[in-house]
Amino acid sequence: MRRVAKLSAACIATAALAVTATACGSTSSDNESSPSSGGGKGVKIGLAFDVGGRGDRSFNDSAARGADKAKKEFGGDIKELTAKTSDTEADREQRLSDLADAGYNPVIGVGYAYAASMTKVAAKYPKTSFGIVDSVVNAKNVDSINFTEEQGSYLAGVAAALKSKSKHVGFIGGVDVPLIKKFEAGYVQGVKDTNPKIKVDTQYLSHGSDTSGFASPDKGKEAAQGMLDNGADVIYTAAGSSGNGAIEAVAGKKGAWAIGVDSDQYNIPGLSKYKSAILTSMVKNVDVGVYDFIKSVHDGKPLTGTNSYSLAKDGVSLATSGGFIDDIQAKLDAAKKKIVDGSIKVKTTP
Amino acid sequence: MKKLTSRIDKERLFLGIAAPVLAVVAALVVTALVIAATGKNPGAAFSDMTTYGFASDSQVYILNKATTYYLAGVAVAIGFRMNLFNIGVDGQYRLAAFIAAVLGGALTVPGWIAIPLIIVSAMATGALWAAIAGVLKVTRGVSEVISTIMLNSIATAVIAYLLQPGRLGELQQGGTLVSTKPLPSASHFFNIDTGPAGVLDGFVVVAVLVGLAYWFVLGRTRFGFDLRTVGQSESAASASGVSVKKMIATSMVISGAVAGLIGMPTLLNESHQYDNSFPTGIGFTGIAIALLGRNNPVGIALGALLWGFLERTTNHLEFQGYDKEILGVIQGVIVLCVVIAYEVVGRYGLKRQQQKVGAELAAQAAAATKKQEVA
Repeated sequence: MRRVAKLSAACIATAALAVTATACGSTSSDNESSPSSGGGKGVKIGLAFDVGGRGDRSFNDSAARGADKAKKEFGGDIKELTAKTSDTEADREQRLSDLADAGYNPVIGVGYAYAASMTKVAAKYPKTSFGIVDSVVNAKNVDSINFTEEQGSYLAGVAAALKSKSKHVGFIGGVDVPLIKKFEAGYVQGVKDTNPKIKVDTQYLSHGSDTSGFASPDKGKEAAQGMLDNGADVIYTAAGSSGNGAIEAVAGKKGAWAIGVDSDQYNIPGLSKYKSAILTSMVKNVDVGVYDFIKSVHDGKPLTGTNSYSLAKDGVSLATSGGFIDDIQAKLDAAKKKIVDGSIKVKTTP
Repeated sequence: MKKLTSRIDKERLFLGIAAPVLAVVAALVVTALVIAATGKNPGAAFSDMTTYGFASDSQVYILNKATTYYLAGVAVAIGFRMNLFNIGVDGQYRLAAFIAAVLGGALTVPGWIAIPLIIVSAMATGALWAAIAGVLKVTRGVSEVISTIMLNSIATAVIAYLLQPGRLGELQQGGTLVSTKPLPSASHFFNIDTGPAGVLDGFVVVAVLVGLAYWFVLGRTRFGFDLRTVGQSESAASASGVSVKKMIATSMVISGAVAGLIGMPTLLNESHQYDNSFPTGIGFTGIAIALLGRNNPVGIALGALLWGFLERTTNHLEFQGYDKEILGVIQGVIVLCVVIAYEVVGRYGLKRQQQKVGAELAAQAAAATKKQEVA
């Protein structure tokens, strides 16, 4: 029994030590040299990226573009931190607190994963302005930057319906998360409103917490090839870098069109080989939202509340590069007008 | 006391301490080289890690993280002791946390009934999921490595199917996150508020109890003895009357049940719901931690704390401008160093033992021949 006693004594001692240290020790923010907020010129932008971070050619990059633009105009510096897949709430909280603590203002959480942690951290740092992309946080010092992906996708659907000769189109989603379902819902509605007889194939590359569908060009290519073989001739892909594979597959079939997403993919250097097959792209201007927010903080009037970057505000739009949709532009404008004036309500869930 | 000291062989003690010390020193050296190679000063990095890592809020963070990691380490270690490689801990805990979250969200009974029910359902789910691999191994000889990897993917798919609006999920405000119905506040586990340092998860108590149970069952019961025997030699175990198949199935189930607990600190103390931002991959972290801790209950605790410390401090290193990949490098290097150091020290120990025994035998033989000569 001696070993038991010794072991438990050791355990209790360790626990006690840890707790006393916890109780009396100084917190990490006390240890930091006090932040020099307001001292320097320009804005100190804190960016907390979602998994993937800068360089994903998609969502995070778009946010980074907005921040880069702001930095160029107002001066200052950008501090970037990136999420990991094993993150818990505590990690996200740490990331946001670290940024706020060091005097970064604004602090921007890129992606809905930061919603819960931002609610807590924003309350702890009431003087810092926070921004969150793709979610809603109800706090006085938070700007919720949202996009009406379904509206832009609706227009993509209209374009697809008008351009399809086989009366058969496709949608490829990266992961079956609600955000991507907004793209699907809008697209399908756009197609059906234009021509109810057109068949729409839908496929998701991965499911749930398996987010590989956002970063697997091979899966995208396979899915697109399957749809092409089934007779679809316009394929809209909302799947991060997996979309590159889909575009490649579509480019291999004569007369078939690909619709890109997030950025104007016609102008992406890595895809220049296939650009003659890129009908248009549903551009989601995360950079505009991020830039607007940083500018508002720089001007001393930080945006707060939910700011929806809708079709009306050009938060989402169809790219016209390549001129492939010039012939149907009138019909697209008509559809856009109807969405903007509210006579078409676009669904957010399929 | 005399008995105690006599049991601890000085040399064994030295060797026991030598391995982890060697590992940590080697890991530090390699990490320092890596940081230096990126053009930064490793000394500054280490000093930043120490000051930041021992701040009170960091301690709370580390303890919270370590709670989860400890449970993961123990779940994996139970399999290891038995020579079973339960890679499926990852799928087991995610499915368990999901099912428990669904149940917890639906329950409207008082907390003292709901919390045990949630925990038990999580353990049962983890156990059942692991049992599939156990049964396959026992009845069909399917390697548990293969089946558990596949079960991980199946768990991901099952959760993805069920976690949809209209099934078991609900859409959150903003329309970008699906989660299970949040637990009512009565079903939240107790927290220890430490003021400015943050909130310590009450589940740390459960983790300690699990550690004690692990130590007791494996080291102090017939069952634990059987389990270790099977782990060391199946044929020897079955020769001495242990049913190997039964032991394999049972230990898989127990490993799964403990795996079911991994998601509980997050679910009951922090998120109170299951959604797509629920941490993934902790089952694999558990493998590293069990390796680090040499399947020893105290060792796993140290490994889990070290892991938490590294995550906390390297998150901050990223903030200080070091490359964020440093964390992965340090963790990988430490695990490698530990494995190598134990192997090296183990071989050295074995050699010393052989030499010692050899010397004793030689001395005996010499004495014997001397006696003969005299006679």
